[in-house]
Amino acid sequence: MRFTLALATLGRHRGRTVLAILGVAVASAMLLDMVMLSSGLRASFRDLLLSRGFQLRLSPKGTLPFDTDATIGGAAAMVSTLRALPDVVAVSPVLGGQLHIPREHGVITGFALGVEPRVQGDYELLSGHDPRRPDEMVANDDLLRAAGARPGDTLTAAAGYDAQLRALAGTRRLVITGRARFLYLSAGQPAAALPLSTLQNMRGADATDAVSLIMVRLRDDAIVEAARRRIQSALPRVEVNSTSEAMARVDQRLSYFRQLSFILGAVSLVVGFLLVTTLVTVSVNERLGEIAVMRAIGVSRVHVVEQVVLESGAIVLGGAVLGLALGLVTARYLNSILSSFPGLPAAIDFFLFQPRAVWAALGLLALCGVAASVYPAWRAAVHPVAGALREEAVA
Amino acid sequence: MSALLATERVHREYRVGEERVRAVRGITLEVASGEHVALVGPSGCGKSSLLNLLGGIDHPTAGRVLFRGADVALMRDRALTRFRLLHIGFVFQRFYLMPALTAAENIALPMAEAGMPARERRARAMELLRYVGLDGRARHRPSQLSGGEQQRVAIARALANAPDVVLADEPTGELDARTGADIIALFQRLNADGTALVLVTHDEQLARAARRVVHMRDGVIVTSDDGR
Repeated sequence: MRFTLALATLGRHRGRTVLAILGVAVASAMLLDMVMLSSGLRASFRDLLLSRGFQLRLSPKGTLPFDTDATIGGAAAMVSTLRALPDVVAVSPVLGGQLHIPREHGVITGFALGVEPRVQGDYELLSGHDPRRPDEMVANDDLLRAAGARPGDTLTAAAGYDAQLRALAGTRRLVITGRARFLYLSAGQPAAALPLSTLQNMRGADATDAVSLIMVRLRDDAIVEAARRRIQSALPRVEVNSTSEAMARVDQRLSYFRQLSFILGAVSLVVGFLLVTTLVTVSVNERLGEIAVMRAIGVSRVHVVEQVVLESGAIVLGGAVLGLALGLVTARYLNSILSSFPGLPAAIDFFLFQPRAVWAALGLLALCGVAASVYPAWRAAVHPVAGALREEAVA
Repeated sequence: MSALLATERVHREYRVGEERVRAVRGITLEVASGEHVALVGPSGCGKSSLLNLLGGIDHPTAGRVLFRGADVALMRDRALTRFRLLHIGFVFQRFYLMPALTAAENIALPMAEAGMPARERRARAMELLRYVGLDGRARHRPSQLSGGEQQRVAIARALANAPDVVLADEPTGELDARTGADIIALFQRLNADGTALVLVTHDEQLARAARRVVHMRDGVIVTSDDGR
């Protein structure tokens, strides 16, 4: 009966109720987006780092993987040392660099990854086969589109450009053997992967036996930290990062995203709270006489409070359901904008949909709804019955 | 005659700004089971204040209000609310139905509060609507009913939990003479069925229908006589 009365009361002022629900929906959508943003980027980055099962990453001392152009020398010996360790399942050395492809209309510049195809963890093959021979490569659709090429074609590619001579350096003829999607590259970036030794040779003397990164897969997640310490002490001239350490650094660098999402999320909660409080208080003030009659005919104070909380809850629930849908749509749109941010892997989701985030947002909204009804409910409960009836009669 | 509801030297004072208003001044009154009492007097003489004290929706400044010998003023809020719910039926001048609810839902509201199951509530609401002559109006909202019909629904609501006494404050004040007469007839039927009535009224016809007429002036009872 109280629920019926609460709904019927809201239905009496349909326009006002609809506007209130829409207001709460906007606040809820923003809150959901901010909750998704605060945890989504981190979770997405973690998933990306672990997507190919490599728990450790070795990079030049003092750097993060591909943070600078610095390389690790004496890579072959280092890889052999690592592969000899009992806990190591796979070692994947990677050399990064530029790839210049001269075409009729100019030179296309993309990103080149020198890998050992058998153990690589940087790309997913979409069609064709890995580059098995020194003169083979796989390319992503952006590079193929820019070069006007397709699998099976042979391209001339260079790893360097001499500005003084205005000529390409380290040129090779490479056959495209497949299409690939690169996991860590940003959207729209032309890229190709070729055998590590090929890229080392193309880059010349400075890259002989050099790599940018070595990824290590261990047999068990439980031994990651112990293995990291052991490898770090065995190879002091490189930086050994575990996924959790990389996450900590990422956390540090992206802390402003969390702060921003926390502040905006709090603002949206406060806006929702004030909106519901104001509207329910106005509604209660309009109905003080009605509430006094309810009290007079024997409706208990607790039930009057429950009715006000139900009204507030119904507005918040309606707004939350609508806001959930709105939040997911806006998150998708904002994600598409932010994912094209230069230098960030295209696979990163800023707004990651997680049931936990939805529950967290709904929980906060429920609390907000209850909190928003405290003042109007108190006002409804303590207003003197006889006085309100007298005022109503005079009015 | 044992008192169902009584006041003993009851006082009620209000503060209106700096002014102290003595609405009820030491009134002693007894209402027996099944009695029909009319409180009459000029506006502002304290009739409605006395009615509110009798019904436990206001507290006396001094004196006692007794229901079957128990002091109503000493009851805690929960017990007082329960007392109003189960033993008192209120009828107001302006009906005060819940505008968002239908006639049947308005009548069922006190029953729901008393914990009556939904099916029984519906049946009792229909029974009461028939009693007040509105059995075809169950699904109508107050805005779809005339003043007289609204007051009938309000009377049915007052009877929802079969109270011992119905307190009515100017129940015909908003109605035309003919509709008022219908309401008077309804009250007489109600009283004949055993429910005690205390009515505050300016309506001489309504006062004449009472067995006892209590005249008030300036917060005190001037005379109390048999109205018939």
